Amino acid sequence: MKHQSTYVPKTGVERWLDRRLPIVRLAVDSFGDYPVPKNLNYWWTFGGILMVFLVIQIVTGVVLAMHYTPHASMAFASVEHIMRDVNYGWLFRYVHANGASFFFLAVYIHMFRGLFYGSYKEPREVSWILGVVIFLLMMATAFMGYVLPWGQMSFWGATVITNILAAVPVVGESIQQLLWGGPSVGNPTLNRFFSLHYLLPFAIFGVVILHVWAFHVSGNNNPTGVPVKDVKKDTLPFTPYYTVKDGFAIAVYLTVFAVFVFFMPNVLGHPDNSIEANPLSTPAHIVPEWYFLPFYAILRAITFNIGPIDSKLGGVIAMFGSIGVLFILPWLDTSKVRSMRYRPTAQLWFFLFVACCIGLGYLGSQPAEGVYVVWAQILTAYYFAFFLIILPLLGIIEKPKPLPKSINEAVLKKSGAAPALQPAE
Amino acid sequence: MGADSGTQVTSAATEEPSRREFIHIFGATIAGAAGVGALVPLIDQMNPDASVRALSTKEVDLSAVEPGQAIKVMWQGKPVFIRRRTAEEIKMAEEVSVGDLKDAKARNANLPDDTPATDDNRITGGDAAKHPEWLILVGVCTHLGCIPLGTAQGEVRGDYQGWFCPCHGSHYDLAGRIRKGPAPENLPVPPYTFLSDTSIRIG
Repeated sequence: MKHQSTYVPKTGVERWLDRRLPIVRLAVDSFGDYPVPKNLNYWWTFGGILMVFLVIQIVTGVVLAMHYTPHASMAFASVEHIMRDVNYGWLFRYVHANGASFFFLAVYIHMFRGLFYGSYKEPREVSWILGVVIFLLMMATAFMGYVLPWGQMSFWGATVITNILAAVPVVGESIQQLLWGGPSVGNPTLNRFFSLHYLLPFAIFGVVILHVWAFHVSGNNNPTGVPVKDVKKDTLPFTPYYTVKDGFAIAVYLTVFAVFVFFMPNVLGHPDNSIEANPLSTPAHIVPEWYFLPFYAILRAITFNIGPIDSKLGGVIAMFGSIGVLFILPWLDTSKVRSMRYRPTAQLWFFLFVACCIGLGYLGSQPAEGVYVVWAQILTAYYFAFFLIILPLLGIIEKPKPLPKSINEAVLKKSGAAPALQPAE
Repeated sequence: MGADSGTQVTSAATEEPSRREFIHIFGATIAGAAGVGALVPLIDQMNPDASVRALSTKEVDLSAVEPGQAIKVMWQGKPVFIRRRTAEEIKMAEEVSVGDLKDAKARNANLPDDTPATDDNRITGGDAAKHPEWLILVGVCTHLGCIPLGTAQGEVRGDYQGWFCPCHGSHYDLAGRIRKGPAPENLPVPPYTFLSDTSIRIG
């Protein structure tokens, strides 16, 4: 939120620096006394959790790269070397591998929160779009990272996904060749995936800065969706109120994370990836990591040709479309009311949408045959209908509940305090 | 930031505007061309390199393969299936009419693109000589690139006695043609020539 800078350099050194590089001022203005709506609930803490996980992934990743060998004949052994020989190597690898899962879990919660409270709506469209860009970069990074251990699932996952790209007309096969660097997935592929896997997190970091910058210009959304009317009554400074709240949520989330890292580090992985990649033998059942399953289900749901588009290309279009549609979401939702708290009908469709995504995740883990395909088709249809039909229509036909006049009023009403207690202005 | 944005540049009335415009356009064009020039090697370095391209042919000795047996060899990082078919198997493959096929094209690198997928066209090599016993295929499922089963003894061969892809259930027949399942095309026949009766060169 635009607000007058209140930073006053106290020491001579600070004054000296402030006139040359006002970086302390930037930090104080952004995370010190930056005003935040006072009614943010715990769903809002996932942004901070995501920052923590980006840092965890970068730090553990840099450490792993010190011990890993990106070569088709040595990669698998070097991962075993990390697990058995490197001091605390097992810890870094398990934190990194499970960290990816917890990163995605947090980003999905963060996105559903944005969806429920209308955080993508005017004036926060750019922040939302940058968030979708981050999500895409995360997916690319995770996909390439999964290839690096060079196990069976790494190799065949890479083969299946790069074969999907070949379905794109005209440029598909050139892109596939550029990714492979040869006639199939092989050593050149592994090398470039390693390079890009190291690069992309820093690109993510850059876009995260833009993402945060964008909503610091418009100000945070909040559970009522009502904009801040009076900074004094409606907001609290980020520090200490939200540093503490975020800090507590981060501690809880890290505790759950630690349970996975220390007590069930392989529960989210696939046993097939403990077998070294073998280009002559395909595992019986190829599945991506859990966080890709809904999209994998959408990909496989298109089993029929649509006019001139064959089923393979149709699946690719549907899969990319399922993320592409998020880019135009701010203009698809016609409702003026941001928060679904005040949208009784939209709320129901939203929870059905969450169930739909979880259902697609389950179907993505099952073989693509029989009743599973039919269900995947039904849920894929709902996924797109939610964005393309339901949200545009609801904005017109739904009658929202009355909105509170201000954030302050909503908070006081909830706590039962009489509005008369508001300090007179 | 923004504190010293007050300096005003009154749009300096145009002295020789055409020369300035020329400089702008010329400068932008040269910078653009240099950008494209830099992009070409940046992208092309990702294409298969000389050492990868050098491995593009492979000679295989077939003398040890008995009728009814099949072997798998690596060519360009991909498996190639070589099956020595029995007389009965050849007959089964020949009896299939092209009209019953999901993919009616031969997909044979040794023949023109629009050749029909008769058994005859599936076993024709680069030297145009026919060796109906020998079926030579790139063993990569045309759906999403898995390796179909059916080459090694005892593996599932699917409903049509050829190959079966376990990933998404595609069935291929005794000429490597797709008969059932999601795969869109027949298994491709790689370019190959018979060097003698018992040896071939793939690629």
